Amino acid sequence: MDVSSLFVSILSPMVLAFVLGIVAARLKSDLKFPDSLYQSLTIFLLIAIGLKGGYKLSLASFDEFYKPALAAIALCSSIPIWVYFIFKKLGKFDTYNAAALAAHYGSVSAVTFSAALAFHDNLGISYEGFMPSLLAIMEIPAILIALALVRLNAPNAEDKVPMKAVAHELLSGKSTLLLVGFLIIGFASGKTGWEQVSPLFDVPFKGVLTLFLLEAGLVAGRKLSDLKTAGFFLLGFGIIMPILHSILGIYLGKWAGLSLGGATILGILSASASYIAAPAACRIALPQASPSYYLTAALAITFPFNITVGIPLYRSFAQYIFQ
Amino acid sequence: MSPLKLVTIIAADSLENHIVKDIQSLGAKGYTISYVEGKGEKELRNSAWEGENVKIISIVSAEVCDKILAHLEKTYFEKYPMVAFSTDVMVVRSNHFL
Repeated sequence: MDVSSLFVSILSPMVLAFVLGIVAARLKSDLKFPDSLYQSLTIFLLIAIGLKGGYKLSLASFDEFYKPALAAIALCSSIPIWVYFIFKKLGKFDTYNAAALAAHYGSVSAVTFSAALAFHDNLGISYEGFMPSLLAIMEIPAILIALALVRLNAPNAEDKVPMKAVAHELLSGKSTLLLVGFLIIGFASGKTGWEQVSPLFDVPFKGVLTLFLLEAGLVAGRKLSDLKTAGFFLLGFGIIMPILHSILGIYLGKWAGLSLGGATILGILSASASYIAAPAACRIALPQASPSYYLTAALAITFPFNITVGIPLYRSFAQYIFQ
Repeated sequence: MSPLKLVTIIAADSLENHIVKDIQSLGAKGYTISYVEGKGEKELRNSAWEGENVKIISIVSAEVCDKILAHLEKTYFEKYPMVAFSTDVMVVRSNHFL
């Protein structure tokens, strides 16, 4: 692995803020983000990602975009299926927990995505501007597929998941609404529109991401104590599977004609686990599943791994694959 | 002053819309919501990210109160983190609630 890119990743203010958050939580510091700040930061990040992605999408041609979009759909609809069976058969998890984990690992993390963009920008590596559209594509399908797996395998009829209601909640939920809504707004308003709002959404993006990662560190730090109950299987899965998923994502990205930077980001998306949309959906649709598995795996294992070691590692995989 | 029942429901915030819809359809005329944190037998719930709790209170007749509690017990208690109870209250302007 390229050591200098590892340092760029680890020594960025975002990652260091995340580490500080973990330290603060372990020290039982009184540092706590007001709930409304967490909500505001999430809203800001989703709007910023959507707007810029929509504007860049307006610059891309359909021919450039449709293959990467197909690759994204293939990834997010196949990953949850094998994740489910790995947890069910190899990990001996029950249907609900296996499905919840499949939803988390099949869906994607907007914050890991943002960290990946920041990493590429810091190193001056170019990537396709429409990548946020792929983020939007990959957010929901995996969650619905995981819930459908429960529906097929639920032990009794009363435990069936109300798919229609859940689909409505997912699509009207703030993360999809803002991401898709602002992709459309960015697309429709184009360059002139983007220039009007970029002072608020472009330059401050990394600063806001730093704040968000401090909060993510606080939550991850609190979840670390759940690692004991999570067990070695989850720990191993949370690190090994993202690596395998990233390789798959990079290969598909290359097949779809993405640049080295773009394919790396698709790899990072495949490797990431959702911890905003998926937990919200699981709390309501799979109450039998335990957050001390799914939230711990996504937030305390996979997310820290991805933003520190993972992103530069996946970049070096991509360099190798593109050679 | 007339005697009525105050129903208090504390549950995961993800259930907020469902509960509100349910209690209104069972006859509650209004409700008040606050966001709270705490710990029950399942898990500590103290941030918007990990999920916080919502406290829904509503003043209703004894009959509606029984209906609401029975409905919650049947629909949610087994699967979701939830606490619900009722207390006797004396209200002015009781027609407001009936």
